Amino acid sequence: MTTSSNGVITPAKEQRRPNESFVARFLRQTEIDSRLLGMIGALLLIWIGFHVYGALANGFGAFLTARNLWNLTVQTASIGVMATGMVMVIVMRHIDLSVGSILGFCAMIMGITQVRILPEYLGLGSPAIWVITVFIGLLAGAAIGALQGYLIAYLQIPAFIVTLGGLLVWRGSAYMVARGETISPVDSTFALIGGGPYGAIGATGSWIVGIIACIGIVIMLISSRRQRQRFAFPQRPIWAEFLLAVVGCALVIGFVLMVNSYPWPVGIVRQYAAANNMTIPDGGLYIAHGFAIPVLILIGVGIAMTFLATRTRFGRYVFAIGGNPEAAELAGINTRWVTLKVFSLMGLLCGLSAAISSARLNSATNSLGTLDELYVIASAVIGGTSLGGGIGTIYGAILGALVMQSLQTGMVLVGFDSAIQQMVVGAVLVVAVWLDTVYRQRTK
Amino acid sequence: MSDIQKDTPLIEMRDISIAFGGVKAVDRASVDLFPGEVVGLLGHNGAGKSTLIKILSGAYKRDGGQILVNGEEVTINNPRDAKALGIETIYQTLAVADNVDAAANLYLGRELQTAWGTLDDVAMEAEARKVMGRLNPNFKRFKEPVKSLSGGQRQSVAIARAILFNARILIMDEPTAALGPQETTQVADLIKQLKKDGIGIFLISHDIHDVFDLADRVVVMKNGQVVGYARTDEVTKDEVLGMIIMGKVPPAAIPGPGALQTV
Repeated sequence: MTTSSNGVITPAKEQRRPNESFVARFLRQTEIDSRLLGMIGALLLIWIGFHVYGALANGFGAFLTARNLWNLTVQTASIGVMATGMVMVIVMRHIDLSVGSILGFCAMIMGITQVRILPEYLGLGSPAIWVITVFIGLLAGAAIGALQGYLIAYLQIPAFIVTLGGLLVWRGSAYMVARGETISPVDSTFALIGGGPYGAIGATGSWIVGIIACIGIVIMLISSRRQRQRFAFPQRPIWAEFLLAVVGCALVIGFVLMVNSYPWPVGIVRQYAAANNMTIPDGGLYIAHGFAIPVLILIGVGIAMTFLATRTRFGRYVFAIGGNPEAAELAGINTRWVTLKVFSLMGLLCGLSAAISSARLNSATNSLGTLDELYVIASAVIGGTSLGGGIGTIYGAILGALVMQSLQTGMVLVGFDSAIQQMVVGAVLVVAVWLDTVYRQRTK
Repeated sequence: MSDIQKDTPLIEMRDISIAFGGVKAVDRASVDLFPGEVVGLLGHNGAGKSTLIKILSGAYKRDGGQILVNGEEVTINNPRDAKALGIETIYQTLAVADNVDAAANLYLGRELQTAWGTLDDVAMEAEARKVMGRLNPNFKRFKEPVKSLSGGQRQSVAIARAILFNARILIMDEPTAALGPQETTQVADLIKQLKKDGIGIFLISHDIHDVFDLADRVVVMKNGQVVGYARTDEVTKDEVLGMIIMGKVPPAAIPGPGALQTV
């Protein structure tokens, strides 16, 4: 857009801008967010950096191996799921400091439900146990979130205080319900939610998921182009559409190849073969992990939350309230009800993360989820959610969670001790927010 | 316009009072508005005009008094109630959500949905292009957040939002405060057009020049009270200024409770 001297805006969308750089034109025509590219760049930098550092310092670069990347995605799942909810909370100019404690409490509730209560009525190992357990966990999370949301929206207590109180209350409650005991082991079907060799869908399943994803990408691009044609809106050039389709599908296929090149450990293979009366051939049996179930859950949550945030009234209201709470109220939006729902949704996602974390650990411990609130908030903020409200994306938060987890994993792999890890994570958070501020001032 | 319609005001606010922490922001103020009429609500900053009108638009709750729409008493507790009665407001602060685009702002709170219950962005944008094309043909920036628009463009978004939903009563609080001369003329033309459609309009301003030529009647407020009511064709600008500044009511005007007591 150009503004002429008398202040009238003239459209310039279709004109070629002569002094526009190649990169800028590329970004504009493909409509790729420059911020997304920046995050992917940072992620690659971290990955390659740790790999090279490991290779030089320890003689073995462990980061860019299928095994590590597979574990990285699994470890990202729990934080990533909560980060998608935190985006909505922060977009509405609130904060939720209690997510880690809600996770701990929900995990404890689910642990007791499936270990102490349900087996008495349904019998140990009943297939209904995990369904009821997950349902109760989600319900508990949503109810806690709704309670906190009520206090924030209707009693007008600042979210910072309500959730800071919640941080202590729910952690204490988790201790109270089990008197500090660790509940273990969890139901065997429930444990699949946490990943592991059995909690992954295998090579064939992964190819099916990958192919569906590729078809989905192509269909989305085509239908978006059709919509724009129908209403004569500006379109991407055709080469950009093809480029997006190819890059998108290549990423999906690369991901599938990666998860399929991480085989089951020998011990698990032996156990599996024994259980199924199979003989292991001489060269060993190669069984690929494939996508882990928690990663699929994260992807599913990411898609559902993106849909909620961009395609529904609820999402539109969340962003409008974040942009200008007064205007939203004056436009007739029931801002209090929306606030309550956002916090309840956050609680629900904490319940889901609790299922993932406790299943992965195969037990519910009292300290599960401690400090998660920090990682979740950091993920959302690194992913471009503005603490000023009104701005944020779900995919950004998931990428942010991946960045945080990559840092964490990388530092463990190269052998930094935990004191340094904490310092780095803290510093990264501050630097990320600073970069974000600079970015916003530039693009204004 | 028939006589019956003339007799029943579109809006009648009777003895409205509201106090903030002991300060009477509006004190027993009464105003009315007929279909196809433009009523200018004048007064200094802090005279209570914006507060009075915010009671009508549901942003504030009144302490006392009645509101009648088409002769029937109504309760307005929030902006949703007011909108349901066909009362649309364009606020002085241009209450728009800065971070979303024009179409999203136009339909804020009343989004169009597809058969699946999802937002029908394409239809909303198409409709927004139609309305904005009528209002401000230069407006082309539909994809950008409202934040990046100029004052006049933001104003057209706010006005478009108000007229999009067939308002019967339009409240404009300092509608031209943020605008340049060219855009001010556009708003004036728009007001004349809406008036022709039988919409009643409250124009609020502290600047008499904004209002005098457009309004059929003026209501002047001072210190929360109504000084007086006058038809613009029966008084001069100077007389209205006297009402605003001194509370002095000219002979052609009807004095209200806030009129300067003649000794």
